[in-house]
Amino acid sequence: MTRVLIPADAGARAVGAGSLARAVAAEAAARGSPLDLVRNGSRGLYWLEPLLEVATPAGRVGYGPVTAADVPGLFAAGFLEGGPHAKALGPVEQIPFLARQNRITFARSGVIDPLSLADYRAHGGLKGLERTLSLGPAATIEEVVRSGLRGRGGAGFPTGIKWRTVAEAAGPRKYVVCNADEGDSGTYSDRMLMEGDPFALIEGMLIAALAVGAGRGYVYVRSEYPQAVATLERALTLARADGLLGERSSALPRAFDIELRIGAGAYVCGEETSMLESIEGRRGEVRAKPPLPAHRGLFGCPTVINNLVSLATIPPILASGGEAYAALGFGRSRGTMPIQLAGNVRFGGLYEAPFGVSLGALVEEIGGGTASGRPVRAVQVGGPLGAYFPPALFDTPFDYEAFAERNGLIGHGGVVVFDDTVDMARQARFAMEFCAIESCGKCTPCRIGSRRGVEVVDRIIAGIEPAKNLGLLRELCETMRHGSLCALGGFTPYPVESALDHFGEDFARPRRAAA
Amino acid sequence: MTDDPRGWAARVRVIVAGQESKPDRLLPVLRAMQQEFGHVPREAVAEIATALNLSRAEVHGTLSFYQDLSEEPRGRHVLRLCRAEACQAMGAAGLAEAALARHGLAWGETAADGSLTVEPAYCLGLCSCSPSALFDEEPVGRLDAATLDRLFAGAAAS
Repeated sequence: MTRVLIPADAGARAVGAGSLARAVAAEAAARGSPLDLVRNGSRGLYWLEPLLEVATPAGRVGYGPVTAADVPGLFAAGFLEGGPHAKALGPVEQIPFLARQNRITFARSGVIDPLSLADYRAHGGLKGLERTLSLGPAATIEEVVRSGLRGRGGAGFPTGIKWRTVAEAAGPRKYVVCNADEGDSGTYSDRMLMEGDPFALIEGMLIAALAVGAGRGYVYVRSEYPQAVATLERALTLARADGLLGERSSALPRAFDIELRIGAGAYVCGEETSMLESIEGRRGEVRAKPPLPAHRGLFGCPTVINNLVSLATIPPILASGGEAYAALGFGRSRGTMPIQLAGNVRFGGLYEAPFGVSLGALVEEIGGGTASGRPVRAVQVGGPLGAYFPPALFDTPFDYEAFAERNGLIGHGGVVVFDDTVDMARQARFAMEFCAIESCGKCTPCRIGSRRGVEVVDRIIAGIEPAKNLGLLRELCETMRHGSLCALGGFTPYPVESALDHFGEDFARPRRAAA
Repeated sequence: MTDDPRGWAARVRVIVAGQESKPDRLLPVLRAMQQEFGHVPREAVAEIATALNLSRAEVHGTLSFYQDLSEEPRGRHVLRLCRAEACQAMGAAGLAEAALARHGLAWGETAADGSLTVEPAYCLGLCSCSPSALFDEEPVGRLDAATLDRLFAGAAAS
């Protein structure tokens, strides 16, 4: 039976993959031509979604974007043999956007059946775990240190050092917490991985647990991701049945199980200490550091908290060795980064590549410029707390330090493109508004500063004492940056000040009151 | 039972019975109540506090913090429209404002027939298919005015 793959990924589903899958199944039944319909994850080529793939003897061929209405025509064109059709894309892996990538973390997403452990194993799954079992905890941690892997959630702290700290910390119990509270606009790599290759996360957490001596893990997923939650829930059940997780894990030196926790709509819970508060059942208010979670984290015990992409990158690092991973990259940013091209971009999608690719290459060459066809005016990198870059800074290489030098951050790898219709004063206002909405309220610079920030930008937009209010806005940013407890208040100045620095003209033309 | 006319307390006991009686179960319990009733009724707070060995203030504190949880009933359906940057870049603000105006609703309001509550969301992870929305649990991408109107109509009809 020919294998046909249609993504169950939420992004593909959002543009009709569900009805496409039903139509393909119905048409196949009506024609009496049985097929093996697999709901895979997404390849991350979102402008081509829904992307239908057929496993032919010559490899995977694609058709996209296709809808339910295309289905009779696809059958008539003989798509099960890779027949020609207006929507035919040829061999999927030769699509330039995909062919140019170096997929390590996302090697399996879109390729395998995400809920088949057999598929996972057949595509290199559990090789990292096997190596961990032969290396033992200390050598496993050194392998992660050697890889140079840094936290993919945005902070960029070396993962191996964090693990070593937890391994050395004394405590009655230890925990591994996966941060899958992916709230940054323009990012969806955590979601794609949960929906496309959930066993990679489970394997990564298992390796972390064995390395630091943890008996229990938590995955904190945001509630905005119902499909990811459902897929991960099923993957956990399958992993328990297989003996990888839970009481019955016999092949492992210690029992480890993972509990799924679902957020309830609070951006700040992506901040690690706020997430711990939320898991413990409280308001998601940030904790002051120290103590570090590595010393006193969940329920007061030493805790590894890693972003989902970091954890899912652990198995390939262990399987191929830390040095192979560290051989890729740029400066102190080693390995690959799953970059997400989003917003007003022609070829929006997930682009995993070694660090060092320039912002301009990402936006103009790989992303193909704007979807609207208008000139690119601004690109926000790193989510709502990231800076806006003008095309004049497109030579900036994708690298933690290079972005920091230009008063920006790479965050979780989101790149949101805006065309020349964007009003940057309104974007600065939104940054303050977002901080006001999402502030946990614990510290004054964030809770009150953001509200005052919205008012000050409103006065500037209305042309009220602009010079004085621009000075005040700068001062407020300074206070928020230095006085806030966490990155929410502390980094909100990035989008605001970058808008002022690079797009000052938008603050110099009075308009009627803000919406 | 005069002190539990709508059966909230009984329902809390059933939900909590499936869980360990520990304070860290609070958020899962609140989420379960929200999912089942479309809100977490004030009358249920004391029962949840007792069941999880918490004070009512602690339960209220958590309940009032999270945007997904509400003490007031929501519509039969909830439409969450993304207001974050990637969707802004594709014109989400104008699209949402116009749709709300056409249907006579403001952010957070529930339609008079109780069919639909429209709420803002700050990223749904569908940022390469912007503008996007979540209708109950169904993701919708590449939104336009016609699709939005269909969602409103679909809510009213079901």
